[in-house]
Amino acid sequence: MLTYALLTGLIFGLYFGLVGLGMNLVFGVMRIVNLAHGDVLMLGAFTAFWLMRVAAVSPVLTVIGSFVLFFAIGIPVYYALVPRLQRSREPEMLSLILFFGLSQVIEAVMSMLFGNNERSIPSRILGGGPVPVLGQTIPFAWLCAAAVSVGLFCATYLYLYHTRLGRQTRAIMAQREEAVTIGVDVNRVSAVAFGLGTGLAAVAGVFAPFMLGSFTPSIGVPIDLVSFAIVVIGSLGNPLGTILGGAIYGVCLMLMRTYLSSFADLLPNLVLILVLLVRPTGLLGRRVRHA
Amino acid sequence: MRERPIRRGFVREAGLAIAPLLALLAVLPLLYNNQLLLLNAVVFLVLAQGLNLTYGFSGYLPFGYVGFFGAGAYGFALATLHAAAPPLAAVLAGGLAAGLAGLLLAPLLRLQGAYFGLASLAAAEALRHTIANPDLEALTGGPYGVRLDVPYAPRLTYGLALAILGLTMGVVAFLRHSRFGLRLRAARDNPISAATAGIDVVRGRLTVWLVSATAAGLIGAVFAWSAPTFFPDAVFDISFSIFAIVFTLFGGAGTLLGPVIGVAVLYGTYTAIGVSAPQYFQLVYGLLIMALVMFFPDGLAGIRMPWRRRDD
Repeated sequence: MLTYALLTGLIFGLYFGLVGLGMNLVFGVMRIVNLAHGDVLMLGAFTAFWLMRVAAVSPVLTVIGSFVLFFAIGIPVYYALVPRLQRSREPEMLSLILFFGLSQVIEAVMSMLFGNNERSIPSRILGGGPVPVLGQTIPFAWLCAAAVSVGLFCATYLYLYHTRLGRQTRAIMAQREEAVTIGVDVNRVSAVAFGLGTGLAAVAGVFAPFMLGSFTPSIGVPIDLVSFAIVVIGSLGNPLGTILGGAIYGVCLMLMRTYLSSFADLLPNLVLILVLLVRPTGLLGRRVRHA
Repeated sequence: MRERPIRRGFVREAGLAIAPLLALLAVLPLLYNNQLLLLNAVVFLVLAQGLNLTYGFSGYLPFGYVGFFGAGAYGFALATLHAAAPPLAAVLAGGLAAGLAGLLLAPLLRLQGAYFGLASLAAAEALRHTIANPDLEALTGGPYGVRLDVPYAPRLTYGLALAILGLTMGVVAFLRHSRFGLRLRAARDNPISAATAGIDVVRGRLTVWLVSATAAGLIGAVFAWSAPTFFPDAVFDISFSIFAIVFTLFGGAGTLLGPVIGVAVLYGTYTAIGVSAPQYFQLVYGLLIMALVMFFPDGLAGIRMPWRRRDD
């Protein structure tokens, strides 16, 4: 029991890290809370549903395709909304309201077009049956999701630390004004970061049907809360810290489900409140955030 | 600072805005026979004004405002079920329950902006999950909801709702025209300068927060009285928060009539077109929220008329 809870907790944790990664990247660079994150994830789940289940496209192509597609969608969304928002009186607060509005729009359009039925994708579509790990049996789809998450974390690390655009991204995260003075094109770098954020959310969405069992157009807001909790645990504005937040959250969730199942729904909410109150900078936080 | 004109402003707003509005709402049931709809409109007026208190005067936007509404409804339900309290006492119990929830969540006021908004949403969700917990069925009815045995009294509940609305709007008018309100707005705009000037920032915020929570709790209790069979998901529905936020932002936060206009126009359209397809309203309200943030961050009240003097 305990081994199973810990092991699946870790696997889910890696996946949850991916769920929060895009939101954290966007927050780190733009200081905005993207509450439409959960809805982009839901759109990713729909994309996976149509591509893999209906059109029988291979899973690898689906992951790459949905990333590219939502990266491309993210860039115009950035230019339409964010620069104007940044000029307003209190961007951080207004971003919350603005993206909440966007989230409602996406959810409403999707439920109007496709209804509120629960959809799922049979996990055999990814190929491979249950895999024995450390004497436990783990569904192959979970391992895929965890592996893709680790891969994307490595890719994000490489992007942030070993490319020119990535170094500029970190410059903006550390000191926005100084980055502007030394000639970093904030809009271009932020647009790419926003695109990456939506792309990563969509990939997390591709695996959502397997990890969450099923999905509907209304999973956005609960996922936002989970995602925000994970991001805050790891530390806001530090994308790579998200993996730690995810792992802690995943293990806690599985322990709760195993030993105190009726209270498991409370977990993300309580964790979020506690971390914000006790250690608002997150576990890996260094910078002082005014909270 | 002169105290006199400030008090006069309060009397003027109470006489010229609150009293006529209450009188209008009081005679409406005679002209329009959909009692439930009118009660719901008053419920939203109270929620919008309650949210207006915290957001308009202390700058905190509680996405989880519905938590207090639900706490009030369940405070009413538990007082009726377990203490056999008469309905009027149970309404007070609902207000008390929400006030206590507000006190419990007071540490959240240490957070700012978005963190506060999301933390309060998480708190409302936590409260909903606690009440809907199947293990607590004996106490709260769990996910299966409650069925209360209270006398059906549409006139009394409507009158009670109007009284709560009058009180809440009275507090808004008071904050607009009193020294306390001025101090509060100073603390909202620049907490550090305000604290340096000797304003007790924390106490002001806490007071408004508790008043706002109690208002939502009282109206939640009245709501429970008028619809005595309900599920946790119904009274903790995040739509209540969304509606209150949209109505307030639409009319303009920090004003007395802004939220009223928001409810009249938006809730009016909502019911006029029909409630059959909630997605359409979700879409319209979502677009409206985005348009307000992008183009009119101060709501209708912030639109500058050419004849109005710029005072900033």
